[in-house]
Amino acid sequence: MKKELKLTVNGQPYELYVKPKTLLVQVLRDHIGLTGTKRGCSDSSCGACTIMLNGMAVKSCSILALQANGAEVHTVEGLAKGTELHPLQKAFLDYGAYQCGFCTSGMLMASRALLEENPKPTKEQIKEGIDGNICRCTGYNSIIRAVTAVVKGEYKEEK
Amino acid sequence: MSKYSVIGQRVRRVDGPEKVTGNAKYTFDIVLPNMLYGKILRSPHPHARILNIDTSKAEKLIGVKGVVTGKDTLGKKQGIWRRFPELCDEEILCREKVRYVGDPVAVVAAVDEDTAEEALDLIDVEYEPLPAVFDPLEAIKEDAPQIHDGVELNINVTRHIEWGDVDEAFKKCDRIREDQFKCSSQAHMCMETHDAVASFDYSGKLTVWTSTQASYYIQALLAGMLGLREGDVRVIKPPTGGGFGSKFELDSAQFCASVLSMKICKPVKIVLSREEEFTATKRRTPMYYYLKLGAKKDGTLLAKEVRVITDGGAYTGMGATALYLTGFFSSFPYKYPNYRYDGYRAYTNTAPTSAMRGFGAPQSTFAGESQLDMMAEELGIDPVEIRRKNGMTPDYVVPGQAFIQSCGLHECLDKIEEHIKQRRKLPPNHGIGIAAYGFMSGGIFNWFDTPYAFSAALVRINIDGKVDLFTGACDIGQGSDTTLSMICAEELGVKLEDIRIHAGDTGICPADLGAWGSRETLMNGNAVKRAAADAKNQLLEFAAAKLGANIVYDMDIKDRWIHLVDRPERGVSYFDIVKEAIRGKDGEVIIGRGHYTPHRKGMISPAYSFGVQAAEVGVDTETGKVKLVNVTTAHESGTVINPVGIEGQLEGAIMMAGGYGFCEDQPMDEGKILNPSIADYKLIRSLDMPETKILEIDTYEPEGPFGAKEAGEGLTNPTAGAIANAVYKAVGVRINNLPITPEKVLRALKEKPKQKK
Repeated sequence: MKKELKLTVNGQPYELYVKPKTLLVQVLRDHIGLTGTKRGCSDSSCGACTIMLNGMAVKSCSILALQANGAEVHTVEGLAKGTELHPLQKAFLDYGAYQCGFCTSGMLMASRALLEENPKPTKEQIKEGIDGNICRCTGYNSIIRAVTAVVKGEYKEEK
Repeated sequence: MSKYSVIGQRVRRVDGPEKVTGNAKYTFDIVLPNMLYGKILRSPHPHARILNIDTSKAEKLIGVKGVVTGKDTLGKKQGIWRRFPELCDEEILCREKVRYVGDPVAVVAAVDEDTAEEALDLIDVEYEPLPAVFDPLEAIKEDAPQIHDGVELNINVTRHIEWGDVDEAFKKCDRIREDQFKCSSQAHMCMETHDAVASFDYSGKLTVWTSTQASYYIQALLAGMLGLREGDVRVIKPPTGGGFGSKFELDSAQFCASVLSMKICKPVKIVLSREEEFTATKRRTPMYYYLKLGAKKDGTLLAKEVRVITDGGAYTGMGATALYLTGFFSSFPYKYPNYRYDGYRAYTNTAPTSAMRGFGAPQSTFAGESQLDMMAEELGIDPVEIRRKNGMTPDYVVPGQAFIQSCGLHECLDKIEEHIKQRRKLPPNHGIGIAAYGFMSGGIFNWFDTPYAFSAALVRINIDGKVDLFTGACDIGQGSDTTLSMICAEELGVKLEDIRIHAGDTGICPADLGAWGSRETLMNGNAVKRAAADAKNQLLEFAAAKLGANIVYDMDIKDRWIHLVDRPERGVSYFDIVKEAIRGKDGEVIIGRGHYTPHRKGMISPAYSFGVQAAEVGVDTETGKVKLVNVTTAHESGTVINPVGIEGQLEGAIMMAGGYGFCEDQPMDEGKILNPSIADYKLIRSLDMPETKILEIDTYEPEGPFGAKEAGEGLTNPTAGAIANAVYKAVGVRINNLPITPEKVLRALKEKPKQKK
C-alpha cells in the first residue's frame, strides 16, 4: 500500500506515492531521477549515498523515504548555482580529489555538511567528517587538501 | 618558450566537471525504455553436481519476463587466455557442475529488482554436493577432489623462468637464507559494483553498457560466447566506478544480461550487490612463497630461487598472468646473475583469483623485500646499501626476459636515504621500513591472441579546429582520458580544451586492450601521439605551402601557432590552416591514425618504472595494532604527463596496498567468504590514512610518449613489504604472512622472548 510523501529536494517540492519500505535513496534516484547520489553497498557503510537532510549529512540508504516526509533534502545536483560551481566542487577539481568519481557526490555532501556545522575544521576534524565515506581511488589526502583549501578561503562562493 | 605547453601542467581532469556535479552517467545510472532488471541465482555449495534446475515456478511469477540457465546458452567456456583453449574454463552459467560458492546457475529478468529477487527463491536447483578442497597445498595432493575434468592434481598452469646457473652459484655464496611467506587475498572493492545494461534488438545487434576496464575484450568474449559476430556486439564504457584489475574479464553481469536480452529482445540491467561483489567476482591471488637467497659477505646477491604455489580458485581468468608476473617480478628490481622461478597455480573450490593492481608483484615484493632485509641484517649491511649494491641500472638486460631502458632506482635510493636520516629520532615502538620495487608499462604477452594492434587511436580535426580523439583506452578513474587528451594536445600543438575524447566505445573507437598492466599511458599514449602527428603533418603540408618557407626549415605547431621551428615568429594560425586544409582536401575532414604494438622489447614490457618506499609505523605493544604513520615514496615514471594524476595514483595505491599490508583480508570457512560486506571488510578510511609524501625523480623513457611510462600499479607493490620491515624495526618481530594483523603481532611479541632464549 503506497503512502503519500512530500519533500523538498534542492528547493523543488515533490509529492509522490511510495511503498513504506522504499528507501530515501531510491526515491531520489529512481523516482525523482537524481542519479548523482550513488549506492555502493546496502548496509550504510560506504557513504556514496550521502545527502543533506535538514542540514545534516545522512546516508540516504539508511532511512526510509517516508521518514523524510516534510524534510528539506539537498543532493549533489543542488550544489552548483546554475553553471557556477560550489567552492567545494572547484576545489575538488583543482586538487584532484576524485578519480572514478563514484564516491564523489557523497564526499562533497559530507564535506558540505561538515563546513556548514563547522566552517573552520582542523585537519583531524575534516578526516572525521569524511570517515563514513569510502574512497577506493584517491587515498583521501587529496580530498582533505581540497576541503582545507575551501576552509582557508581559496574559493569564494558567488553571492 | 618552455619545452611543453600542456604536458606537466596541473590541469583539471577532462571528466571532472561531470563527476563533481553528479552529472556523470555510470552504467549504474542507465535506464532504458522497457528495461528489465536481472538477478542471478548462485551456488550455495563450493563444489556440487547440478542434477536438475526447475524454473517453472519462477517463470509463472507475475512480473517475470524471462529465466535463463546454462541449458539456454551455447554451452561454451570462456577465458581471457584465448590462445590456450584448455585455460578457457568458465561457462559463467554452469550447466553440470558448480565450483565455488557464488558460481551462477540461473538468471531471471523481471519488471523490477524485487520481483527478480523473489523469483530466484522459486527456482529449484537439485545439487549433489561433492567433496571440495579450499587450499592449494591440499588441492595438489593425490587424493584431492578433481575440480576440472582432466586436470591432474588440480594444477591449472605452471611457469618456469630461469637464467644463469643457480645451483652452482649457491655453492659460491657466503650466506644462504631460506624463508617462507604467505600472501593473502584482497577484494578490489570498486565503489561501483560490476554491472551491465544489455540491449539486443530485432536486427540482431547487441549493445552493452558496462563498467569495464577493457571494452574490446568484453566485445570479443561476448561475441564468442553468444555466437555473434564481433561487429554485431557494441560495448560502451560509460564513466566507470573503479576497476583495479577486477573488470577486464567477461563477468556474470555482462554475460547474463546479454543472454537474457537476446532471449526476450528487451534491455536488461544487472547490478551485482555488494555481497555478490565480494563473493562472486574475482580477487587478488593468494600465494605461498618459498624463497632461497644467496649472497656474498659484501652483500652481492648471487642467486635466488623462488617457488610459488598460488590459490587459483575455481577458474583461470587472468590468474595465469599473475603466476607469470609474480615470478618475473620476484627478480625485481635487482641484478640477479642467477635466478630460478617455479610457479604452480592450483584450482580450489573458492572464488576465482585473478588480476589485481600490481598483478602478482605486491606479493613478490612483500616476500622478497622482507627476506632482503633479513639478509642485510645477517650480513650487517644497511638495508639501503644492500639495495644500492644490487639494484638495476639503466640499460640493464634481464637475461632472456627484459630490456630495461630508463631506470632511476639509484636516485630513488639516495632520496629515501636522505628522508630516513631526516626522521632519525622516532618515538618508541616506531620504525621505518623500506621496500624497492619496479613495474611494467603494459604487457607484451598476447595470450588473448588479438589480431589488432595493442593500442590504436584516431584524431579528427574539424573545421573549427576542435579535435575529436577516438581511442579504445578505458578511463576507470585512473585518468587516462585526461592523460591521453594532454598527449594529443601537446603533439598537435593545440590547447587541452581543443580536444574532445571519445573512449572505450567499440562501436566508434579502434580496438585497445584496455586499462590493465599499467599500459595506457605508454601504449595508448604512443598510439595517440602518432595519430596526432599524422593529423599534424597533414596541416603542415598546407602551412608550408602558405608560408612559402625554404624546405630546409622544420615546421611545428605549438599553442595553436603553426611556425618554423627555428624562427617561431614566422607562422600562421592553426585555425586558419585547418580551414584551408579542409577546403584544399575537397572538404574532407582531417583524420590522423596511429597505433602501437611493442616489437623486440623482450617478453614482458617495453618499459619499467622504479621506486623506493619508506613506511613509518607505530606498533601498540599492548594490542598489537600497527598504525601507518607516514609513507614516503621516491618514484620515477619517466616524464610526468599529469602531476595531479601521479599524486592521486600514489596516495590511492597507499590506501590499497597499506590495507593489503595490515588490515584487508577475506577469511573463509568451507570456501565461503566470511566478511562479504563493507562493514566487515576492513579497509583504510580517512582517519587511518597516513601522511604521504612523494619524491619525484626525473627520468626519460625512450619508448614512451614524450618519455613517459607507468605510474599506476607499481606504486601498489612496495607498501606491504615496507610495513613488514617497519614493524620489525619498531618492535623486533617479523611477520611473514599477510595481513599483519594485531593478533599476529601480539602473538609474535609474546613468542619473542622465547625466541631469544
